[in-house]
Amino acid sequence: MSPELLVFAVIGTIAVAASILVISMRNPVHSALFLLLTFLCVAVLFVMKGAEFVGAVQVLVYAGGIMVLFLFVVMLINVRHLPDEKVLSNFWKGGFAVGLAVFILFVTLVRPGVYHDPVPSDKALRSTYTYRHRKVKNPDGTVTRKLIRRGKVAGNSEAVAMALYTDYLVPFEVASLFLLVAMIGAIVIGKRELSASEEENIPAYMLERSETEHEIKEAMSA
Amino acid sequence: MPEPLLRYLIWPLVKFLVAFIIVQVIVAAMNWVERRLLGLIQARLGPNRVGKEFGIPWGLAQIVADPIKFILKEDIVPSSSEKVAYFLGPMLPLIPAFLVFCLIPYGPPPTFVVTHVNVGLLLILALTSTGVYGIILGGWASNNKYSLMGGLRSAAQMVSYEVPFGLSIVGVLMLCGSFDLVHIINYQASHIWNLFPQLIAAFIFLVAMNAENNRTPFDLPEAESELVAGYHTEYSAMKFAFFMLAEYSSMIVNCCLMVSLFFGGWTLAINGYGLTTGVLRGMGIAGGILGALIFITKVMVFMLMYIWFRATFPRFRFDQLMDLGWKWMIPLALANIAVTGIVVLLGQQFNFQGEVVLSIAGAAIIAFTLYLLLRPRAKVIHARRVSEA
Repeated sequence: MSPELLVFAVIGTIAVAASILVISMRNPVHSALFLLLTFLCVAVLFVMKGAEFVGAVQVLVYAGGIMVLFLFVVMLINVRHLPDEKVLSNFWKGGFAVGLAVFILFVTLVRPGVYHDPVPSDKALRSTYTYRHRKVKNPDGTVTRKLIRRGKVAGNSEAVAMALYTDYLVPFEVASLFLLVAMIGAIVIGKRELSASEEENIPAYMLERSETEHEIKEAMSA
Repeated sequence: MPEPLLRYLIWPLVKFLVAFIIVQVIVAAMNWVERRLLGLIQARLGPNRVGKEFGIPWGLAQIVADPIKFILKEDIVPSSSEKVAYFLGPMLPLIPAFLVFCLIPYGPPPTFVVTHVNVGLLLILALTSTGVYGIILGGWASNNKYSLMGGLRSAAQMVSYEVPFGLSIVGVLMLCGSFDLVHIINYQASHIWNLFPQLIAAFIFLVAMNAENNRTPFDLPEAESELVAGYHTEYSAMKFAFFMLAEYSSMIVNCCLMVSLFFGGWTLAINGYGLTTGVLRGMGIAGGILGALIFITKVMVFMLMYIWFRATFPRFRFDQLMDLGWKWMIPLALANIAVTGIVVLLGQQFNFQGEVVLSIAGAAIIAFTLYLLLRPRAKVIHARRVSEA
């Protein structure tokens, strides 16, 4: 057994076990912590495939940002003692069916040689093209600018950036637009008009402008 | 012993251990330095007694006395705490805080670089961003309302300031074109310290790194006038010391990042003249040690700045903290990215040095800000004098 396969087996097992524990834990904080463990294991798997950039971003965004917010919300609501519910809900048959269908879909998609490893070697994954204008002297003496494409073996982050900003620019921008829409929606839902009594109860220091601002206004009007 | 094992496992491990021990000694010493310096700034003495019996001056033995006290004190566990999370709380932030030390280049490569990762900077950011879990968990598991408040505040603050912290680095990345700290430092030696072209980014980074470490103007998670001691109210003895250790370690990490990104790391050079990496390597092992000493000196300057800030600024209110992060720091960082990107692109097209233009722009911004800050104040003072007369 090669060392890589051994590491994959260990990390993969931990990832799967942790993700099962996410849905079976009674305490939401414990679930969130096991989800964190799953994210970290997946990051290790990314690094093993030679995608250091995606692995680092996985930790940075999911473990460092999203999970912290999850924990924040869970702790803010502070559900410590759940009522004794059944472990499985009434819809477990349907849920299992859907899960099985998705699993079969993935297994058929990720066949070795078809969708698995579209790029044969990691050398090719790291090669990118740079485009640069170069002044070219024509035989008749005039100077024109010519676009020159040069292939080079670059780092992981360059490869990801090239893919995102050239071939996949439109999907990337569409995704960012979706995120923006979702964010605005969240703000609209979360923000509410204060009632008259609530508005009266706002402490004065919240409404007060700072002293410097007063001084600036004073000076401007003078 | 096989060569790859020596090269990829044993040698980095030895280097990491040496760096780790040096850093931990600095952490222990920082505690004493901080208390003495705060004493100096606040016109009092600070700890100056311990060790007098053994002829150790200035209370230096405090550095040894503190850890001994932490180890010997009674370890109290609240009876209604969430046991596993309560024990994990102080230990989780230690892992990323210590792990990061093998990604930082302390001196000229290859001797003083522990591991060379091509996404090194990103990995450092990723690891430091997971340090907040210990604080949240500790705050929640203590089963204490003040602790929980501290943990929640910490979570909100860390997530908010993670964004300007990361965004302020993007400008540097665009100028240098790499995530590799060694490359960034060499680039600065052959051009100019990133401080000058990335002045706004350096300022944002300084503020954000203070907020990331919960240091005083931004120490709301442990605000003693509001929350007793915040997330570590229920922690005593060595568990509390672990929180301290993680905080001071990540302070040093952030100072190392500041120095590497904006202040030229171990080099002392401009436009390729001076102590560049090449010159230091030409001097052999002495050059390496000199480089490491330059690096440590710069880091120490920023560590002292942390203490200086703590002694100088009053604590922010929580809504002020959020306003500063979301309404000022993030738009400013985004504007900085846009301007840097445009200038770098124009520089590539028309063959000029983007750094020079950005440095001039930075100087202009400082001048304009000073003008804006000083002008109305002067007018107000003048108006008051007129009205009084």
